[in-house]
Amino acid sequence: MNHFPEAWGRPRDDVYGPYNSSYLQTTGPKGHTQSPAVTGTTVLGVKFNGGVVLAADSLASYGSLARFTDVKRLRKFGDTAVVGFSGDISDMQYIDRLLDSIDVRENYSANGNTLNARNIHTYLSKVLYKRRSEFNPLWNHILVAGFDDDKKPFLSSADLLGTTFSAPHLATGFGAHLAIPILRRLFPEEKPLEDISKDEAVAALRECVKVLWYRDARSLDQYSIAVISAQGIEFQEDQQVEAQSWAFAETIKGYGAQVN
Amino acid sequence: MFRNNYDNDAVTFSPQGRIFQVEYAQEAVKQGSVVVGLVNKTHTVLVGLKRNAEELSSYQKKIIEIDSHMGIAIAGLASDARVLSNFMKQQSLGSRLTYGRPLPVDRIVSQIGDRAQTNTQHYGKRPYGVGLLVAGVDDAGPHLFEFQPSGMTQEMLACAIGARSQMARTYLERNLEKIAGSTRDELIIHGLQALKETLSQDKELTVDNTSVGVVGLAAEGKIESFKLYEGQLLVPLLDALERSEAGEETKEAETMEVDS
Repeated sequence: MNHFPEAWGRPRDDVYGPYNSSYLQTTGPKGHTQSPAVTGTTVLGVKFNGGVVLAADSLASYGSLARFTDVKRLRKFGDTAVVGFSGDISDMQYIDRLLDSIDVRENYSANGNTLNARNIHTYLSKVLYKRRSEFNPLWNHILVAGFDDDKKPFLSSADLLGTTFSAPHLATGFGAHLAIPILRRLFPEEKPLEDISKDEAVAALRECVKVLWYRDARSLDQYSIAVISAQGIEFQEDQQVEAQSWAFAETIKGYGAQVN
Repeated sequence: MFRNNYDNDAVTFSPQGRIFQVEYAQEAVKQGSVVVGLVNKTHTVLVGLKRNAEELSSYQKKIIEIDSHMGIAIAGLASDARVLSNFMKQQSLGSRLTYGRPLPVDRIVSQIGDRAQTNTQHYGKRPYGVGLLVAGVDDAGPHLFEFQPSGMTQEMLACAIGARSQMARTYLERNLEKIAGSTRDELIIHGLQALKETLSQDKELTVDNTSVGVVGLAAEGKIESFKLYEGQLLVPLLDALERSEAGEETKEAETMEVDS
């Protein structure tokens, strides 16, 4: 086994002769913004009868290091929309400032802020697409929750390429693998939105956050949850994953504190 | 011979505190043919009197659609109006593209107001020689704004600018209550009536020299898109005007009978 990563994926010297290293560029454009540094993991979202719930934990990881444990990744916009961010935290802070400046501009107008969640989602997807087209992407996957032009619950995602996707329940990051199957089981396609209550949706997200805490190594047991309904935005921060049971871990080889 | 030393540019005040170039620009508005605008609870109507430079030429365009929710009527230099309307069209399209939202009317009006004002504060620039009536609908309902070359903008209930517009304003002031409580079709008739007041003895409103623009709210909060009535489309509107005038006369005749 060759332990030098530079040689991985290249022709072997003993078979093909020494590799012409002039092909290996040592200089070139800087690539600081071509990969994320400090990242947040899953954001979860579910629509229910009369609104949307969003949840995200409070961890910002530096690689595999749990670097910051009190980062709020859900952000209110006006009185009607919430944006949830996964991916790069500094890019999240940049987008947060963009949204702040739009909020200020909107509130200068006689009519106040009239941008709804759909408008914010359209805007953010254009920002993300513009940045990917400059080969300088904002390394985020976002969920936008709120209401659309017809005052119907709205939930949609946009990623670092500017790709948009909409569904009754959505998850970014690891949650796309772990939470979506749970949410699909709880809220199958046949089940109309009108039959899903706010309490059901909140309970489902809390359950998903717990499962992610069990199985996603970049997650945390502290999280925020936001309920957007006609009554306004109900924001709960510093939530704790309750009623944990790690008994299952005993039976799984390679999980937890087993020695061999 | 007396010579005015304070009208060489738009940035110099006269000792009386006037800026002559701006006042001359306002004269250009008064030279343009008259346009009238009026609002009720649901609609905004623009009415304009078109002029032709000579018998053989076409009539000058007085009402321009900016977007499906907004239009303008112009009095003054048509070429300056073209610059402003192109700008408004671009901004409107930009808003739909980036936010998926029709541009709020007060927003675009203050933008063109700012543009016009900068022209009165930079050496070598000249004010726009055009006045506008901006009609549109947004989340706050129907709006009518007046724009002047000085950069001043105001929201109006009813307004008339251009040659002999005083006669129209008098009509609008006298009928303000009726206009506020009118239906869509009555509003158009009030507009045409106000326009008619401005005509000299030997002139009358025809399908060639009249232009009507209507925008408003339809049922269930939907927008009734901006519609321009010109040519044969005007026939029913002018007929309605004639009928309403005839109705007024018979009413007057009846009251006279009662008197005698």
